[in-house]
Amino acid sequence: MVEKKHGFQIFAHVIMIFIAFCSVAPFILLLSSSFTDDAALSVYGYSFFPPKFSTDAYDYLFTSSSAIFNAYGISAIVTVCGTICNLTLTTLYAYPLSRKDLPGRYFFAFFLFFTMLFSGGLVPSYIMWTQTFHIRNTLFALLIPNLLMSAFNVIMMRTYFTSNIPDAVIEAARIDGAGEFRILVGIVLPMATPILATLCLLVGLAYWNDWQNGLYYLTDNKLFSIQVLLQNIQRSLDALKQSAQAGGSVNVSTADLPSNSVRMAITVMGVLPIMIIYPFLQRFFVKGIAIGAVKG
Amino acid sequence: MAKKIKKVARFWPLYLMLLPGTIYLIINNYIPMTGIVVAFKQYNLRDGLYFSPNIGLKNFEFLFRTNDAWLITRNTILYNLVFIVLGAVLAITVAIILNEIRIKAAKQAYQTVILIPHLISMVVVSYLAFAFLSDGNGFLNKTVLPMFGIDPISWYNAPQYWPFILVLINIWKGIGYSCILYYATICGIDHSLYEAAVVDGANRWQQVWNITLPCLKSTIIILTLMNLGNIFRSDFGLFYQVPMNSGPLQNVTSTIDTYVYRGLMQTNNIGMSSAAGVYQSVVGFILVISANLVVRKVDESSALF
Repeated sequence: MVEKKHGFQIFAHVIMIFIAFCSVAPFILLLSSSFTDDAALSVYGYSFFPPKFSTDAYDYLFTSSSAIFNAYGISAIVTVCGTICNLTLTTLYAYPLSRKDLPGRYFFAFFLFFTMLFSGGLVPSYIMWTQTFHIRNTLFALLIPNLLMSAFNVIMMRTYFTSNIPDAVIEAARIDGAGEFRILVGIVLPMATPILATLCLLVGLAYWNDWQNGLYYLTDNKLFSIQVLLQNIQRSLDALKQSAQAGGSVNVSTADLPSNSVRMAITVMGVLPIMIIYPFLQRFFVKGIAIGAVKG
Repeated sequence: MAKKIKKVARFWPLYLMLLPGTIYLIINNYIPMTGIVVAFKQYNLRDGLYFSPNIGLKNFEFLFRTNDAWLITRNTILYNLVFIVLGAVLAITVAIILNEIRIKAAKQAYQTVILIPHLISMVVVSYLAFAFLSDGNGFLNKTVLPMFGIDPISWYNAPQYWPFILVLINIWKGIGYSCILYYATICGIDHSLYEAAVVDGANRWQQVWNITLPCLKSTIIILTLMNLGNIFRSDFGLFYQVPMNSGPLQNVTSTIDTYVYRGLMQTNNIGMSSAAGVYQSVVGFILVISANLVVRKVDESSALF
């Protein structure tokens, strides 16, 4: 009996180790490729152990290319500003919704909720942002469309407020003469740090990883975030390949495009901050998903 | 009446708090919703979204007369069905295995690692896929296939492999997330149930079959129904970025979202693009509402509304 239990434990570990390996293997391939000598790479291809170790790709990135630093700066600015603005908007919308005595709160809840059910789609949004708000090639393009407030996050935060902050606390503060803003900042928010931390991570990750807004609204490479830069390198390569296939004259010069190992090094830089931060904040991520599980 | 106004007026700071979010929702969501009228117009820049000449249902007629409409609908729905079924089965299996593991630290470590693919963007995923699939330098063509004596395959020109590749990538990226969703539910199951089962002599398999799965039933049903409600939506990054927008693959990688994007940004066919967008929004809306109705029948507390 004991023997049998042991066997199952080993089986479970083997399965989980296999899955865990599959989860990280592509990253190992990526990391190894970025440290491979470019000539060796074109002989042996991308492989899990560098056939010829070289830091040329990183030397190139850190010395002769300002694009990557610029993109890092843009990503950092957008992530920080975006997260702060998003959390402000989310909190300001979620708190009144959690107040059971607010007249009209069902209207505002529905007003929010409906955006999860129906959307106008890309075409009208694109026309509005470019023709009315002239957002193209501004930093706002990376900050505002779609990412500034998510109905799902507001609902998550409202649920946290209603289930963790007793009405009596708010009532008591009001009797003591505190205004609504004082109550929110002085009493409610200090009690809501777990949900703030979780949302901060989710929103920060969404901003850091976003590339679609850049794809839609940016052509000026000074404004490219790291993800948009990666996307754009890919797009130039596609264009190159297509015009080569068509046999036409190649307008894009290969010299402008980063070599195989440099591309991999840029990708490594794109995921590096996440990989560094993630192990320390892992429990907040898991908590965030678990909260999502409770509320479908 | 005056009393009522006074009562509402007392709450003015709360309404003030709601104001920024309301303005954002109006701009970001509600104005584009009214913009779907563009699908019924011959859009031109000069007259804009609302004042371009009406052409009735012409855009839709053009769209549904082409093969594209059928193709993108088929791809979107079939891929989603496979993602939903395979994703749920695998995630539940892994969650149950994870739950069986007794060493706490190992459990924690596995959870941490399998969630990693969920954290990266589809652009990065496309580079990871490229490292495996690249024609000249890919790991598969340079290392794996030669081991078996198979000639290199030009992956980005070979549509027959892409349904498998896309399913694999979707599972790879999503399994950690949905596994943890199910695992959280399993952790919430009352432990005395298992203790009672052990006393009754149930083996591990019987415990899973008679306790774990029935307790997961409502989570499984709800998540699946919600996913079915979203079956008309697709991950733009997965279907556009990962296949690198490769022409020969478009028969198996076009979904409604990539079609809308290509129409808008590349082929400049705003009429058909917006018609496809409205088609997606309207059918999607109906599906979400119906899914929610069914969820409410199954388990009222889990319904979204």
